[in-house]
Amino acid sequence: MSRYILVGILLGFILYKSEAASWFRIYEMFRFQSFHMFGIIGSAILAGIIIVQIIKARHVKNVEGQEILIKDKSKTIWRYLIGGFTFGLGWSLAGACPAPMFILLGAGHTVFVVYLVAAMTGTYLYGVLRPRLPH
Amino acid sequence: MFMEFLIQVREFLSEPWPWYVAGPLLALVMFVLLYFGHEFGISENFRIMCAADGADQMNDFFKINWKDGQWNLLVALGAVFGGYVASHYFMGTEGDTAHISDATVASLNEIGLSVEAGKEPFVPEFISWGGLLHWQGWLMIAGGGLLVGFGARYAGGCTSGHAISGLSALQLPSLIAVIGFFLGGLFVTYFVLPLLFPF
Repeated sequence: MSRYILVGILLGFILYKSEAASWFRIYEMFRFQSFHMFGIIGSAILAGIIIVQIIKARHVKNVEGQEILIKDKSKTIWRYLIGGFTFGLGWSLAGACPAPMFILLGAGHTVFVVYLVAAMTGTYLYGVLRPRLPH
Repeated sequence: MFMEFLIQVREFLSEPWPWYVAGPLLALVMFVLLYFGHEFGISENFRIMCAADGADQMNDFFKINWKDGQWNLLVALGAVFGGYVASHYFMGTEGDTAHISDATVASLNEIGLSVEAGKEPFVPEFISWGGLLHWQGWLMIAGGGLLVGFGARYAGGCTSGHAISGLSALQLPSLIAVIGFFLGGLFVTYFVLPLLFPF
């Protein structure tokens, strides 16, 4: 179990030390005034594509001995576009997406408890409205 | 000798991490989780927390066994620890600073948010309990959180699930989601934030 905590600690270090958890960096990204955030996301994707291609070509197995399979996401448009847009509004307002929120809480910015409760409320609201939303 | 080495390691890690270190390491996090049999996705934790708090009895969307999500909650808990350790013991000589570009400093001052080049705090002053004394603070912190929680579940993932895991697996839906993230972010950055400052 503790292995997941270690992965989380690594994630916390990466996003804190690269400043991706900073409101100012998110603002800078949306103003296209620095390559930094695009470099982080872009190189993560590039490295990720290589990793996924190797996993598929070599049939890499996970720790339990089963082949690693990555599920295809359902091929629709609206949920991704509207949901993504809504997420983008929140990301740029608070300057933190979910992982940085946990990291900043740990860094002592306890006000993110308010964000956490609000995010859980938003998630619950989605659960309630889900049957009526276009997907 | 050994202590000296450790101090040097600490100094090395305390430097700001460049993008080409952070990006590939994020891919490594994704791979390690795949290797452990899971898909990287932090926002799923909000749903798991809702389920654990009793939402599973109120709504079908939360009828999941939250214990299956324990691994993900532990990743989030690790991120809390990581944030604590990085910010308390690995800050280096420059301290808690966001090294944003001069252009960004100029833009911020233009919209009424006064910041000094080289002295931008990691988290801005208004993202605090004091910020909640103003409606703008509520909009940014609570409003932001609400929209993030709603949008992430609606889109089926956040920055980790779509931008990193999804695009790495060349998923077209994730590309649509990421385009959505940017449309939302650009809208707020260009049309909403200028209305909020100064406060």
